[in-house]
Amino acid sequence: MQEEALPAQGEAEGGEYEREPVPENRTKGWKSFIGMYAGEHAAGTEFMIGPLFVAHGVSAFDVLVGLLVGNLLAVLSWTFLCAPIAVKKRLTLYFQLEKICGVRLVELYNLANGVLFCFLAGAMISVSATAVGIPFNMPMPGLNDMYPNSIGWIIAVFAVGAVISIVAAYGYDTVAHIANIAAPWMVLVFLACGVAALPELGIYSLGDFYAIAKEKVWTGVPVEGQSQFTFLHVMFFAWFCNLAMHIGMSDLSIFRFAKKARMGLASGAGMYLGHYMAWIAAGLLYAIQLNADRTDTAVAPGPMAWKIAGMTGIICVIVAGWTTANPTIYRAGLAFQGIRPKWSRFKVTMAAGLVATLGACFPALVMKLLDFVALYGLILMPMGAIIFMDHYFSARFGLHEYYAEKARIVFNWAAGLTWFVTLALCVALNKFAGVEIFFLALPGWFIAAILYIALSKFYQKSITLEGAVS
Amino acid sequence: MKPTLMIVSILALAVLLVAPAAVFLQKMELTTCKHWMFAATVIWFATAPFWMKRKAQ
Repeated sequence: MQEEALPAQGEAEGGEYEREPVPENRTKGWKSFIGMYAGEHAAGTEFMIGPLFVAHGVSAFDVLVGLLVGNLLAVLSWTFLCAPIAVKKRLTLYFQLEKICGVRLVELYNLANGVLFCFLAGAMISVSATAVGIPFNMPMPGLNDMYPNSIGWIIAVFAVGAVISIVAAYGYDTVAHIANIAAPWMVLVFLACGVAALPELGIYSLGDFYAIAKEKVWTGVPVEGQSQFTFLHVMFFAWFCNLAMHIGMSDLSIFRFAKKARMGLASGAGMYLGHYMAWIAAGLLYAIQLNADRTDTAVAPGPMAWKIAGMTGIICVIVAGWTTANPTIYRAGLAFQGIRPKWSRFKVTMAAGLVATLGACFPALVMKLLDFVALYGLILMPMGAIIFMDHYFSARFGLHEYYAEKARIVFNWAAGLTWFVTLALCVALNKFAGVEIFFLALPGWFIAAILYIALSKFYQKSITLEGAVS
Repeated sequence: MKPTLMIVSILALAVLLVAPAAVFLQKMELTTCKHWMFAATVIWFATAPFWMKRKAQ
Protein backbone atom coordinates (compact mmCIF):
# COMPACT_ATOMS: atom_id res chain seq x y z
CA MET A 1 0.00 0.00 0.00
CA GLN A 2 1.24 3.48 -0.80
CA GLU A 3 2.24 5.07 2.49
CA GLU A 4 0.61 8.48 2.80
CA ALA A 5 2.14 11.35 4.72
CA LEU A 6 0.87 12.18 8.17
CA PRO A 7 -0.46 15.71 8.38
CA ALA A 8 2.23 18.06 9.61
CA GLN A 9 2.21 18.75 13.34
CA GLY A 10 -0.23 21.46 14.25
CA GLU A 11 -1.64 21.57 10.76
CA ALA A 12 -4.97 23.32 10.84
CA GLU A 13 -6.82 21.72 8.00
CA GLY A 14 -6.48 20.96 4.37
CA GLY A 15 -5.82 17.24 4.62
CA GLU A 16 -7.99 14.17 4.22
CA TYR A 17 -10.76 13.15 6.63
CA GLU A 18 -11.23 16.70 7.91
CA ARG A 19 -14.83 16.11 8.90
CA GLU A 20 -15.05 12.36 9.29
CA PRO A 21 -13.17 9.74 11.33
CA VAL A 22 -10.09 8.23 9.76
CA PRO A 23 -11.07 4.71 8.63
CA GLU A 24 -9.23 1.80 10.26
CA ASN A 25 -7.68 0.73 6.96
CA ARG A 26 -5.94 4.12 6.60
CA THR A 27 -4.18 3.97 9.95
CA LYS A 28 -0.39 3.86 10.10
CA GLY A 29 2.32 2.05 11.98
CA TRP A 30 5.17 3.03 14.27
CA LYS A 31 7.57 3.96 11.45
CA SER A 32 5.47 6.89 10.23
CA PHE A 33 5.19 8.43 13.69
CA ILE A 34 8.81 7.88 14.71
CA GLY A 35 10.04 9.46 11.47
CA MET A 36 7.70 12.41 11.76
CA TYR A 37 8.52 13.21 15.39
CA ALA A 38 12.28 12.80 14.93
CA GLY A 39 12.19 15.21 11.98
CA GLU A 40 9.83 17.81 13.43
CA HIS A 41 11.72 18.19 16.69
CA ALA A 42 15.18 18.82 15.29
CA ALA A 43 14.41 22.36 14.22
CA GLY A 44 16.06 25.74 13.98
CA THR A 45 14.86 26.78 17.39
CA GLU A 46 16.83 23.94 19.05
CA PHE A 47 19.94 26.01 18.24
CA MET A 48 18.55 28.71 20.55
CA ILE A 49 17.08 26.67 23.38
CA GLY A 50 20.26 24.76 24.30
CA PRO A 51 22.36 27.96 24.56
CA LEU A 52 19.63 29.80 26.46
CA PHE A 53 19.75 27.11 29.16
CA VAL A 54 23.49 27.78 29.47
CA ALA A 55 22.84 31.53 29.58
CA HIS A 56 20.28 31.01 32.34
CA GLY A 57 22.90 29.28 34.47
CA VAL A 58 21.51 25.77 34.76
CA SER A 59 23.81 23.22 36.36
CA ALA A 60 25.00 20.08 34.55
CA PHE A 61 22.79 17.85 36.70
CA ASP A 62 19.77 20.10 36.10
CA VAL A 63 20.12 19.97 32.37
CA LEU A 64 21.07 16.31 31.96
CA VAL A 65 18.48 14.91 34.39
CA GLY A 66 15.90 17.68 34.08
CA LEU A 67 15.69 17.16 30.34
CA LEU A 68 15.52 13.41 30.82
CA VAL A 69 12.54 13.69 33.18
CA GLY A 70 10.80 16.57 31.37
CA ASN A 71 10.98 14.87 28.01
CA LEU A 72 9.68 11.66 29.56
CA LEU A 73 6.69 13.56 30.96
CA ALA A 74 6.07 15.00 27.49
CA VAL A 75 6.14 11.53 25.93
CA LEU A 76 3.75 10.25 28.60
CA SER A 77 1.43 13.21 27.98
CA TRP A 78 1.26 12.32 24.30
CA THR A 79 0.77 8.65 25.09
CA PHE A 80 -1.80 8.82 27.88
CA LEU A 81 -3.65 12.11 27.28
CA CYS A 82 -3.64 12.86 23.57
CA ALA A 83 -3.25 9.57 21.70
CA PRO A 84 -6.07 7.63 23.47
CA ILE A 85 -8.67 10.30 22.57
CA ALA A 86 -7.24 10.57 19.04
CA VAL A 87 -7.48 6.82 18.47
CA LYS A 88 -10.94 6.59 20.00
CA LYS A 89 -12.47 9.46 18.00
CA ARG A 90 -10.13 9.61 14.98
CA LEU A 91 -11.10 13.25 14.35
CA THR A 92 -9.00 16.37 13.84
CA LEU A 93 -8.54 18.78 16.72
CA TYR A 94 -10.54 21.39 14.84
CA PHE A 95 -13.51 19.18 14.14
CA GLN A 96 -13.62 18.02 17.76
CA LEU A 97 -13.37 21.60 18.98
CA GLU A 98 -16.16 22.61 16.63
CA LYS A 99 -18.40 19.89 18.07
CA ILE A 100 -17.63 20.95 21.65
CA CYS A 101 -17.14 24.69 21.38
CA GLY A 102 -19.02 25.80 18.29
CA VAL A 103 -17.72 27.24 15.07
CA ARG A 104 -17.29 30.86 16.30
CA LEU A 105 -15.15 29.86 19.27
CA VAL A 106 -13.02 27.72 16.96
CA GLU A 107 -12.51 30.79 14.80
CA LEU A 108 -11.16 32.61 17.84
CA TYR A 109 -8.90 29.64 18.58
CA ASN A 110 -7.70 29.73 14.95
CA LEU A 111 -6.90 33.42 15.27
CA ALA A 112 -4.86 32.86 18.44
CA ASN A 113 -3.14 29.86 16.88
CA GLY A 114 -2.38 31.76 13.66
CA VAL A 115 -0.83 34.73 15.47
CA LEU A 116 1.28 32.42 17.68
CA PHE A 117 2.42 30.46 14.62
CA CYS A 118 3.53 33.74 13.01
CA PHE A 119 5.76 34.63 15.94
CA LEU A 120 7.13 31.10 16.20
CA ALA A 121 8.04 31.30 12.50
CA GLY A 122 9.59 34.69 13.24
CA ALA A 123 11.95 33.07 15.76
CA MET A 124 12.95 30.51 13.13
CA ILE A 125 13.60 33.26 10.57
CA SER A 126 15.88 34.98 13.12
CA VAL A 127 17.85 31.75 13.56
CA SER A 128 18.41 31.43 9.79
CA ALA A 129 19.32 35.12 9.53
CA THR A 130 22.24 34.62 11.91
CA ALA A 131 23.75 32.19 9.40
CA VAL A 132 23.01 34.34 6.35
CA GLY A 133 24.82 37.27 7.98
CA ILE A 134 28.14 35.45 8.47
CA PRO A 135 29.67 36.11 5.01
CA PHE A 136 28.91 39.81 5.46
CA ASN A 137 30.46 40.06 8.94
CA MET A 138 27.12 41.27 10.18
CA PRO A 139 27.07 42.21 13.89
CA MET A 140 24.83 39.68 15.66
CA PRO A 141 22.13 40.81 18.10
CA GLY A 142 23.08 40.55 21.75
CA LEU A 143 21.44 38.38 24.37
CA ASN A 144 19.72 41.37 25.98
CA ASP A 145 18.87 43.23 22.76
CA MET A 146 15.21 44.09 22.34
CA TYR A 147 15.36 46.04 19.08
CA PRO A 148 17.21 45.51 15.77
CA ASN A 149 20.90 46.28 16.30
CA SER A 150 21.84 47.09 12.71
CA ILE A 151 20.50 47.71 9.23
CA GLY A 152 22.34 44.55 8.19
CA TRP A 153 20.24 42.49 10.61
CA ILE A 154 17.00 43.91 9.20
CA ILE A 155 18.13 43.23 5.63
CA ALA A 156 19.14 39.65 6.51
CA VAL A 157 15.82 39.02 8.27
CA PHE A 158 13.80 40.46 5.39
CA ALA A 159 15.81 38.47 2.83
CA VAL A 160 15.20 35.21 4.70
CA GLY A 161 11.58 36.13 5.52
CA ALA A 162 10.76 37.03 1.91
CA VAL A 163 12.16 33.77 0.54
CA ILE A 164 10.41 31.69 3.18
CA SER A 165 7.06 33.47 2.72
CA ILE A 166 7.09 33.27 -1.07
CA VAL A 167 8.02 29.60 -1.03
CA ALA A 168 5.36 28.88 1.60
CA ALA A 169 2.76 30.68 -0.51
CA TYR A 170 3.76 29.04 -3.79
CA GLY A 171 5.43 25.73 -3.22
CA TYR A 172 4.85 24.23 0.19
CA ASP A 173 4.96 20.73 -1.24
CA THR A 174 8.54 21.13 -2.46
CA VAL A 175 9.69 22.49 0.89
CA ALA A 176 8.00 19.60 2.66
CA HIS A 177 9.96 17.24 0.42
CA ILE A 178 13.24 19.04 1.16
CA ALA A 179 12.40 18.95 4.87
CA ASN A 180 11.92 15.18 4.66
CA ILE A 181 15.27 14.78 2.92
CA ALA A 182 17.04 17.10 5.35
CA ALA A 183 15.61 15.54 8.53
CA PRO A 184 18.00 12.58 9.03
CA TRP A 185 20.97 14.69 7.89
CA MET A 186 20.01 17.49 10.28
CA VAL A 187 19.72 15.18 13.31
CA LEU A 188 23.19 13.81 12.55
CA VAL A 189 24.66 17.31 12.07
CA PHE A 190 23.35 18.27 15.53
CA LEU A 191 25.01 15.15 16.94
CA ALA A 192 28.19 15.77 14.94
CA CYS A 193 28.41 19.34 16.26
CA GLY A 194 28.07 18.07 19.82
CA VAL A 195 30.73 15.36 19.42
CA ALA A 196 33.21 17.59 17.56
CA ALA A 197 32.73 20.31 20.18
CA LEU A 198 33.90 18.10 23.05
CA PRO A 199 37.69 18.36 22.50
CA GLU A 200 37.35 22.15 22.12
CA LEU A 201 36.12 22.16 25.72
CA GLY A 202 38.92 19.86 26.86
CA ILE A 203 36.77 16.73 26.96
CA TYR A 204 38.78 13.87 25.49
CA SER A 205 36.97 10.91 27.03
CA LEU A 206 33.44 10.21 28.20
CA GLY A 207 34.78 9.94 31.73
CA ASP A 208 35.80 13.63 31.57
CA PHE A 209 32.42 14.76 30.36
CA TYR A 210 30.51 15.42 33.57
CA ALA A 211 33.35 17.05 35.49
CA ILE A 212 34.26 19.42 32.65
CA ALA A 213 30.61 20.05 31.74
CA LYS A 214 30.05 21.29 35.32
CA GLU A 215 33.08 23.53 35.13
CA LYS A 216 32.86 24.91 31.58
CA VAL A 217 29.36 24.39 30.15
CA TRP A 218 26.50 24.24 32.62
CA THR A 219 28.24 26.08 35.42
CA GLY A 220 25.17 27.03 37.44
CA VAL A 221 26.01 30.72 36.99
CA PRO A 222 23.75 32.77 34.69
CA VAL A 223 25.09 35.22 32.16
CA GLU A 224 24.68 38.83 33.27
CA GLY A 225 21.11 40.05 32.87
CA GLN A 226 19.62 36.52 32.74
CA SER A 227 17.51 34.90 35.46
CA GLN A 228 18.69 31.78 37.30
CA PHE A 229 17.14 28.53 36.06
CA THR A 230 16.85 25.46 38.26
CA PHE A 231 16.10 21.77 37.77
CA LEU A 232 12.37 22.56 37.82
CA HIS A 233 12.71 25.20 35.09
CA VAL A 234 14.45 22.72 32.83
CA MET A 235 12.06 19.89 33.60
CA PHE A 236 8.91 21.96 33.16
CA PHE A 237 10.23 23.62 30.02
CA ALA A 238 11.05 20.25 28.43
CA TRP A 239 7.60 18.95 29.42
CA PHE A 240 5.62 21.99 28.33
CA CYS A 241 7.50 23.32 25.31
CA ASN A 242 5.15 21.24 23.17
CA LEU A 243 2.23 21.74 25.52
CA ALA A 244 -0.07 22.84 22.70
CA MET A 245 0.62 19.56 20.93
CA HIS A 246 0.15 16.99 23.71
CA ILE A 247 -1.90 18.34 26.63
CA GLY A 248 -3.31 21.03 24.31
CA MET A 249 -4.44 18.18 22.03
CA SER A 250 -3.20 19.70 18.77
CA ASP A 251 -1.74 16.31 17.87
CA LEU A 252 -5.16 14.68 17.83
CA SER A 253 -4.83 15.47 14.12
CA ILE A 254 -1.67 13.33 14.01
CA PHE A 255 -2.62 10.40 16.22
CA ARG A 256 -6.05 9.91 14.64
CA PHE A 257 -4.00 7.93 12.10
CA ALA A 258 -2.41 5.71 14.79
CA LYS A 259 -3.33 2.04 14.96
CA LYS A 260 -2.97 2.03 18.74
CA ALA A 261 -2.79 4.71 21.43
CA ARG A 262 0.56 3.34 22.61
CA MET A 263 2.04 4.78 19.40
CA GLY A 264 2.14 8.03 21.35
CA LEU A 265 5.45 6.64 22.60
CA ALA A 266 6.84 7.42 19.13
CA SER A 267 7.03 11.05 20.27
CA GLY A 268 10.08 9.87 22.25
CA ALA A 269 12.05 9.95 18.99
CA GLY A 270 11.47 13.69 18.81
CA MET A 271 12.00 14.32 22.50
CA TYR A 272 15.25 12.42 22.88
CA LEU A 273 16.84 12.56 19.39
CA GLY A 274 15.60 16.07 18.81
CA HIS A 275 15.21 17.96 22.05
CA TYR A 276 17.51 16.12 24.45
CA MET A 277 20.45 15.55 22.12
CA ALA A 278 20.06 18.74 20.07
CA TRP A 279 19.71 21.05 23.09
CA ILE A 280 22.78 19.55 24.73
CA ALA A 281 24.79 19.79 21.49
CA ALA A 282 23.71 23.41 20.96
CA GLY A 283 24.60 24.19 24.60
CA LEU A 284 28.11 22.84 24.01
CA LEU A 285 28.54 25.12 20.98
CA TYR A 286 27.55 28.15 23.06
CA ALA A 287 29.89 27.12 25.86
CA ILE A 288 32.83 27.11 23.43
CA GLN A 289 31.97 30.68 22.46
CA LEU A 290 31.66 31.76 26.11
CA ASN A 291 34.89 30.06 27.12
CA ALA A 292 36.71 31.86 24.30
CA ASP A 293 35.33 35.25 25.35
CA ARG A 294 33.19 35.65 28.48
CA THR A 295 31.80 38.93 27.13
CA ASP A 296 30.59 37.37 23.87
CA THR A 297 27.18 36.30 25.18
CA ALA A 298 25.23 36.69 21.91
CA VAL A 299 23.24 33.57 21.08
CA ALA A 300 23.81 33.48 17.33
CA PRO A 301 23.42 29.95 15.96
CA GLY A 302 25.11 30.75 12.64
CA PRO A 303 28.54 31.71 14.03
CA MET A 304 28.35 28.99 16.70
CA ALA A 305 27.72 26.24 14.15
CA TRP A 306 30.26 27.73 11.70
CA LYS A 307 33.03 27.49 14.30
CA ILE A 308 32.61 23.74 14.78
CA ALA A 309 31.07 22.45 11.56
CA GLY A 310 32.09 25.03 8.95
CA MET A 311 29.86 25.25 5.87
CA THR A 312 27.86 22.24 7.02
CA GLY A 313 26.97 24.14 10.19
CA ILE A 314 25.85 27.21 8.24
CA ILE A 315 23.76 25.08 5.88
CA CYS A 316 22.25 23.24 8.86
CA VAL A 317 21.24 26.47 10.60
CA ILE A 318 19.69 27.88 7.41
CA VAL A 319 17.92 24.63 6.50
CA ALA A 320 16.76 24.01 10.09
CA GLY A 321 15.25 27.49 10.28
CA TRP A 322 13.86 27.42 6.78
CA THR A 323 12.27 23.98 6.76
CA THR A 324 10.52 24.63 10.05
CA ALA A 325 9.57 28.27 9.46
CA ASN A 326 8.02 27.36 6.14
CA PRO A 327 5.34 24.94 7.33
CA THR A 328 4.76 27.19 10.36
CA ILE A 329 3.94 30.16 8.11
CA TYR A 330 1.84 27.88 5.95
CA ARG A 331 -0.08 26.67 9.02
CA ALA A 332 -0.55 30.26 10.19
CA GLY A 333 -2.05 31.00 6.77
CA LEU A 334 -4.31 27.96 7.08
CA ALA A 335 -5.42 29.02 10.55
CA PHE A 336 -6.35 32.50 9.30
CA GLN A 337 -8.02 31.04 6.25
CA GLY A 338 -10.05 28.81 8.57
CA ILE A 339 -11.67 32.01 9.84
CA ARG A 340 -12.46 33.34 6.38
CA PRO A 341 -12.31 30.51 3.83
CA LYS A 342 -12.85 32.91 0.93
CA TRP A 343 -9.58 34.73 1.58
CA SER A 344 -6.89 33.83 -0.95
CA ARG A 345 -4.44 31.25 0.41
CA PHE A 346 -1.56 33.08 -1.29
CA LYS A 347 -2.37 36.49 0.19
CA VAL A 348 -3.05 35.12 3.65
CA THR A 349 0.23 33.17 3.67
CA MET A 350 2.16 36.21 2.45
CA ALA A 351 0.52 38.33 5.17
CA ALA A 352 1.43 35.72 7.79
CA GLY A 353 4.99 35.72 6.43
CA LEU A 354 5.15 39.51 6.70
CA VAL A 355 4.01 39.43 10.33
CA ALA A 356 6.58 36.68 11.06
CA THR A 357 9.33 38.70 9.35
CA LEU A 358 8.46 41.88 11.22
CA GLY A 359 8.53 39.91 14.48
CA ALA A 360 11.90 38.40 13.53
CA CYS A 361 13.45 41.88 13.22
CA PHE A 362 13.18 42.19 16.99
CA PRO A 363 15.85 40.03 18.64
CA ALA A 364 13.79 39.97 21.83
CA LEU A 365 11.51 37.42 20.16
CA VAL A 366 14.28 34.87 19.78
CA MET A 367 16.34 35.85 22.84
CA LYS A 368 13.22 35.38 24.98
CA LEU A 369 12.29 32.22 23.10
CA LEU A 370 11.93 30.14 26.27
CA ASP A 371 9.31 32.53 27.63
CA PHE A 372 7.53 32.77 24.27
CA VAL A 373 7.35 28.98 23.86
CA ALA A 374 5.92 28.66 27.37
CA LEU A 375 3.35 31.38 26.63
CA TYR A 376 2.39 29.73 23.32
CA GLY A 377 1.56 26.46 25.05
CA LEU A 378 -0.20 28.16 27.93
CA ILE A 379 -2.57 30.12 25.68
CA LEU A 380 -3.73 27.00 23.81
CA MET A 381 -3.66 24.57 26.75
CA PRO A 382 -7.18 25.24 28.15
CA MET A 383 -8.74 23.87 24.97
CA GLY A 384 -6.92 20.60 25.56
CA ALA A 385 -8.32 20.42 29.08
CA ILE A 386 -11.81 21.05 27.68
CA ILE A 387 -11.45 18.21 25.15
CA PHE A 388 -10.12 15.88 27.87
CA MET A 389 -12.97 16.63 30.28
CA ASP A 390 -15.58 16.48 27.54
CA HIS A 391 -14.34 13.05 26.49
CA TYR A 392 -13.87 11.39 29.88
CA PHE A 393 -16.15 13.20 32.30
CA SER A 394 -19.21 14.54 30.45
CA ALA A 395 -21.31 11.45 31.06
CA ARG A 396 -20.07 11.09 34.64
CA PHE A 397 -21.30 14.60 35.50
CA GLY A 398 -24.55 14.27 33.56
CA LEU A 399 -23.38 16.56 30.78
CA HIS A 400 -23.68 16.28 27.02
CA GLU A 401 -20.55 15.44 25.08
CA TYR A 402 -20.13 17.54 21.91
CA TYR A 403 -22.61 20.04 23.31
CA ALA A 404 -22.26 22.73 20.61
CA GLU A 405 -23.09 20.20 17.93
CA LYS A 406 -26.05 18.78 19.83
CA ALA A 407 -27.45 22.17 20.88
CA ARG A 408 -26.68 23.67 17.48
CA ILE A 409 -24.88 26.64 18.96
CA VAL A 410 -21.96 28.46 17.39
CA PHE A 411 -20.33 29.60 20.64
CA ASN A 412 -20.29 27.42 23.72
CA TRP A 413 -19.93 29.98 26.49
CA ALA A 414 -18.95 27.33 29.04
CA ALA A 415 -15.91 26.50 26.89
CA GLY A 416 -15.26 30.14 25.97
CA LEU A 417 -15.36 31.34 29.56
CA THR A 418 -13.21 28.40 30.63
CA TRP A 419 -10.56 29.53 28.17
CA PHE A 420 -10.67 33.23 29.07
CA VAL A 421 -11.01 32.81 32.86
CA THR A 422 -8.23 30.21 32.98
CA LEU A 423 -5.86 32.56 31.18
CA ALA A 424 -6.91 35.47 33.39
CA LEU A 425 -6.25 33.39 36.52
CA CYS A 426 -2.87 32.32 35.14
CA VAL A 427 -1.97 35.98 34.58
CA ALA A 428 -3.08 36.70 38.17
CA LEU A 429 -0.95 33.80 39.46
CA ASN A 430 1.99 35.26 37.55
CA LYS A 431 1.48 38.89 38.60
CA PHE A 432 0.33 38.52 42.18
CA ALA A 433 1.64 35.16 43.36
CA GLY A 434 4.91 35.36 41.41
CA VAL A 435 4.46 31.98 39.68
CA GLU A 436 6.82 31.99 36.70
CA ILE A 437 5.36 31.40 33.25
CA PHE A 438 7.11 28.01 32.96
CA PHE A 439 5.07 26.62 35.85
CA LEU A 440 1.65 28.11 35.12
CA ALA A 441 0.35 25.43 32.79
CA LEU A 442 0.09 22.74 35.46
CA PRO A 443 -2.29 24.61 37.82
CA GLY A 444 -3.86 26.16 34.71
CA TRP A 445 -4.86 22.74 33.38
CA PHE A 446 -6.68 21.84 36.61
CA ILE A 447 -8.35 25.26 36.73
CA ALA A 448 -9.58 24.80 33.15
CA ALA A 449 -10.77 21.24 33.79
CA ILE A 450 -12.77 22.19 36.90
CA LEU A 451 -14.12 25.39 35.33
CA TYR A 452 -15.35 23.60 32.23
CA ILE A 453 -17.35 21.06 34.19
CA ALA A 454 -18.72 23.67 36.62
CA LEU A 455 -19.66 26.16 33.92
CA SER A 456 -21.16 23.44 31.73
CA LYS A 457 -23.39 22.38 34.64
CA PHE A 458 -25.00 25.82 34.57
CA TYR A 459 -24.78 26.46 30.87
CA GLN A 460 -26.12 23.15 29.60
CA LYS A 461 -29.19 23.56 31.84
CA SER A 462 -29.97 26.91 30.28
CA ILE A 463 -30.19 25.62 26.73
CA THR A 464 -32.57 22.81 25.85
CA LEU A 465 -31.64 20.30 23.21
CA GLU A 466 -35.07 20.54 21.63
CA GLY A 467 -34.81 19.67 18.00
CA ALA A 468 -31.13 19.08 18.31
CA VAL A 469 -29.29 16.18 16.77
CA SER A 470 -28.57 13.71 19.54
CA MET B 1 20.52 2.55 -9.69
CA LYS B 2 18.38 3.44 -6.69
CA PRO B 3 19.96 0.89 -4.34
CA THR B 4 23.41 2.23 -5.27
CA LEU B 5 22.34 5.80 -4.58
CA MET B 6 20.83 4.70 -1.30
CA ILE B 7 24.10 3.08 -0.24
CA VAL B 8 26.05 6.21 -1.18
CA SER B 9 23.60 8.35 0.82
CA ILE B 10 23.90 6.16 3.87
CA LEU B 11 27.69 6.21 3.61
CA ALA B 12 27.50 10.01 3.52
CA LEU B 13 25.51 9.98 6.74
CA ALA B 14 28.04 7.58 8.23
CA VAL B 15 30.80 10.10 7.46
CA LEU B 16 28.85 12.67 9.51
CA LEU B 17 29.19 10.32 12.47
CA VAL B 18 32.69 9.00 11.91
CA ALA B 19 34.49 12.30 11.23
CA PRO B 20 33.43 14.03 14.48
CA ALA B 21 34.10 10.80 16.38
CA ALA B 22 37.64 10.85 14.94
CA VAL B 23 38.03 14.46 16.16
CA PHE B 24 36.86 13.40 19.62
CA LEU B 25 39.39 10.55 19.62
CA GLN B 26 42.06 13.01 18.44
CA LYS B 27 42.61 11.08 15.23
CA MET B 28 41.56 13.97 13.00
CA GLU B 29 41.92 17.77 13.01
CA LEU B 30 38.72 19.79 13.27
CA THR B 31 39.47 21.53 9.95
CA THR B 32 39.73 18.20 8.16
CA CYS B 33 36.52 17.09 9.84
CA LYS B 34 34.72 20.17 8.49
CA HIS B 35 35.81 19.27 4.95
CA TRP B 36 34.59 15.68 5.34
CA MET B 37 31.28 16.88 6.76
CA PHE B 38 30.77 19.30 3.90
CA ALA B 39 31.54 16.61 1.35
CA ALA B 40 29.08 14.27 3.09
CA THR B 41 26.45 17.01 3.07
CA VAL B 42 26.85 17.60 -0.67
CA ILE B 43 26.68 13.87 -1.37
CA TRP B 44 23.60 13.42 0.82
CA PHE B 45 21.64 16.19 -0.88
CA ALA B 46 22.81 15.06 -4.31
CA THR B 47 21.74 11.46 -3.85
CA ALA B 48 18.91 11.24 -1.31
CA PRO B 49 16.25 13.04 -3.41
CA PHE B 50 16.50 10.25 -6.00
CA TRP B 51 15.44 7.49 -3.63
CA MET B 52 13.51 9.23 -0.84
CA LYS B 53 9.95 9.25 -2.07
CA ARG B 54 7.94 12.43 -2.26
CA LYS B 55 5.10 12.21 0.21
CA ALA B 56 1.63 13.34 -0.73
CA GLN B 57 0.68 16.45 1.27
